[in-house]
Amino acid sequence: MNPINEVRLEFVSKSSNESFARVVAAAFVSQIDPNLEELADVKTAVSEAVTNAIIHGYENEPGFVKMTLKLYEDAVEISVTDEGKGIEDIEKARQPMYTSRPDMERSGMGFTVMESFMDRVDVVSEVGKGTTVTMFKTFNSVRGRKNTP
Amino acid sequence: MNIKLTNRGNTLVAVLNGELDHHTAEYIRQKLDAEMMKSTTKNMVLDFSKVTFMDSSGIGVIMGRYKNIRKLNGKMSLAGINDKIKRIFEMSGLLKLMPAYDSIDEAINKM
Repeated sequence: MNPINEVRLEFVSKSSNESFARVVAAAFVSQIDPNLEELADVKTAVSEAVTNAIIHGYENEPGFVKMTLKLYEDAVEISVTDEGKGIEDIEKARQPMYTSRPDMERSGMGFTVMESFMDRVDVVSEVGKGTTVTMFKTFNSVRGRKNTP
Repeated sequence: MNIKLTNRGNTLVAVLNGELDHHTAEYIRQKLDAEMMKSTTKNMVLDFSKVTFMDSSGIGVIMGRYKNIRKLNGKMSLAGINDKIKRIFEMSGLLKLMPAYDSIDEAINKM
């Protein structure tokens, strides 16, 4: 399955870019016209991934966050990468309510949100090198439309 | 995101307007904490009817305020959770900790 469109984007790890990233993602996937709920799911998942990169990857220090979006006929794959500190224990990090930063009033729900709003979430991380989160979602509303003659 | 604060009796009513994420959460946190410090306020109602986006950073802010208010034996409730942000509330478990009402008036009447 080859993507029908692709975007690669890099931006500074400023918290003001969280809204920028999710608006870009929503605008890009709008090309295949998913419904509003699916768009909101993508925006929320992107916001979580980018926030993680900024807070945990770069620990609020300056760095670049990379976002790659691949659009398919009825689906999207979104990767968010930082070259920050990396995750020691991915399994632990993905547990609901776990946070490495309770001091910052983080809810520990970031990965749980990504997992429930997207179909698949893969995490690749190396301590001292950085983290890539790759998320995939099929838009059932788009698929349904395509299957209707 | 902006926030409008009013006091109704010993209840602080905060109407949030816009997108609540990590970037805006810090501002909201500061505003709410400053208001709780300076007034004789005990309880809090957070209104979300004008919130167009919220991620788990919003959950963190609500949880943090809830813990502070509980320490002072106050009560907290939510109002106007709309369809755009309903899912994140449902999955967060927050609705098991505090009641959610359709309107601010209802939240205050049942405080």
